[in-house]
Amino acid sequence: MGLDTILMLVQTALELGLITSLTVLALFLSYSMLNVCDLSTDGCFTLGASVGAVVAMSGHPILAIFAAIGAGLLSGFITAFLQTKMGINSLLAGIIVNTGLYSINIAIMGNTALLNMNKTETVFTMMKSALENTIFKDQYKLFVILIAVIIVLVVLVLFLKTKAGLAIRATGNNPTMVRSSSLNTVVTTIIGLSIAGSITALSGCLMAQSQKSMDINIGTGILTIALASLLIGRTITGKRGLWTRAIGSVLGAFIFRLVYTIALRLNMPAFLLKLVSAVIVILAISIPYFIQHSDEIKRKLSYRFGKKGVN
Amino acid sequence: MLELKDVTVVLSRSTINEKKVFDNLSLTINDGDFVTIIGSNGAGKSTLFNTICGNVPTMSGSVILDGEDITYLPEHKRARKIGRLFQDPNSGTAPDMSIEENLFLASGRGHWLSGIKKVDREYFKEQLSTLGMGLEDKLSRPVKLLSGGQRQAVTLLMATMSKPSLLLLDEHTAALDPKTADIVLDMTNKIVTENKITCLMITHNMQSALDFGNRTLMMQNGNIIFDTRDDERAKLTVNDLLVKFKENSGKEFTNDRALLS
Repeated sequence: MGLDTILMLVQTALELGLITSLTVLALFLSYSMLNVCDLSTDGCFTLGASVGAVVAMSGHPILAIFAAIGAGLLSGFITAFLQTKMGINSLLAGIIVNTGLYSINIAIMGNTALLNMNKTETVFTMMKSALENTIFKDQYKLFVILIAVIIVLVVLVLFLKTKAGLAIRATGNNPTMVRSSSLNTVVTTIIGLSIAGSITALSGCLMAQSQKSMDINIGTGILTIALASLLIGRTITGKRGLWTRAIGSVLGAFIFRLVYTIALRLNMPAFLLKLVSAVIVILAISIPYFIQHSDEIKRKLSYRFGKKGVN
Repeated sequence: MLELKDVTVVLSRSTINEKKVFDNLSLTINDGDFVTIIGSNGAGKSTLFNTICGNVPTMSGSVILDGEDITYLPEHKRARKIGRLFQDPNSGTAPDMSIEENLFLASGRGHWLSGIKKVDREYFKEQLSTLGMGLEDKLSRPVKLLSGGQRQAVTLLMATMSKPSLLLLDEHTAALDPKTADIVLDMTNKIVTENKITCLMITHNMQSALDFGNRTLMMQNGNIIFDTRDDERAKLTVNDLLVKFKENSGKEFTNDRALLS
């Protein structure tokens, strides 16, 4: 494997990793901050992709991005509304919205499950022509994605440091305290999930535009992949400041993609991606649990297998 | 001024555990009153607070605070005027967030999109220094690293910083060790009397019930069976309270945690 190939691999991993890192940032908000596991993420990602694809195909690649963000905002709002105002359990609310979005996405795509965007002008092709005669002409995708990730990351972290952001974090940390500080947890949950939805949809929109094709299954499993990335990021950074943790999430997405790209290179079949991400999520969540309970488990095991525990 | 007019509260309605806690209960608390509340287990002390805060719905009657009928106001809107502390030191603060972030949320300073500024930090430092716990140098420390007493002190500050019309203390020192409990209680007394905050304090310590405040209520089975204030109250001892309890309820005073001395 030559240096060129390695650089190519890293660049592909960076591109794909950074696109999913937007979904990871959305989960950073909903899962890490608001403490809600938003199971509508898959559908929301696909929604962003389908809206983005359709609007881009009608000749408005930039408008497509804002349309996707708007659609994601609405989807997040509905998920939040169901769990705060309609008495539906938060996991169930996510699953219900996810299911409903499947039909909506097919409808948006015009009753088909696959759109070909080969001849469509996208934000990526726009950047490609802009960078045509520079040394960065092969990195046009990276530029677009980097801009998006930096904007989202900076705005998100700054937002989390404002009073509204603090209220969202406190809602995930101790809702009783939020209510007794005369803040409405319904409003904070709705705002938090709406923002998370819009970021997820943006992620989906960029994914569709960069792949030049839109498939109804584009978002399947993205929640698990993003969750795995988030947890990898958390392992790297630990519980430090917001900036470190947010950057760690993006880094986690890149590392995940890099490992995956290498595995593909070593002839791992592509369909294993989802199994690998599922296993990573299991390990990332359960290893800290076992470490925390290791003494107790050791004692139980030694009792179980004859050697009576000390004392 | 807080007024409860003919309030009826039924808990666990339409279940096997249905219980009518208050039956047309009326109570008036004047501005600047510091009221201590004692009573046996299940007397309705905490439910009284929940009714005032809007955690439990009323079946009849009305709750009036400063002339405004708040009976149908949701909990978070009442919280603008009512500060509340619980027994559990963890319930009043967000543990993973720093002291300054907790204070900022409770302070009512700044608007929705403003961050914590230097002036805010100075203000928080000044407020924290009044607690005398050395917390003014630990603004960015997560609250979960504080001791129970420190946490309760921060919560007290959060509840009183925006000058509430009413402060509700629900055995807020019961989970602390005796020495820390005394410190937090003295701090409470200082803040409440200096700022002339109208305050209701549930306590399991009969002596503190007489030592602090200017009025004492004794509750039993959802009723206020004894109400004493000022001069009359100043003459009472813990023993008098126990005798009064037996006279008015026909039972011995029973509270798991009661400290009689």
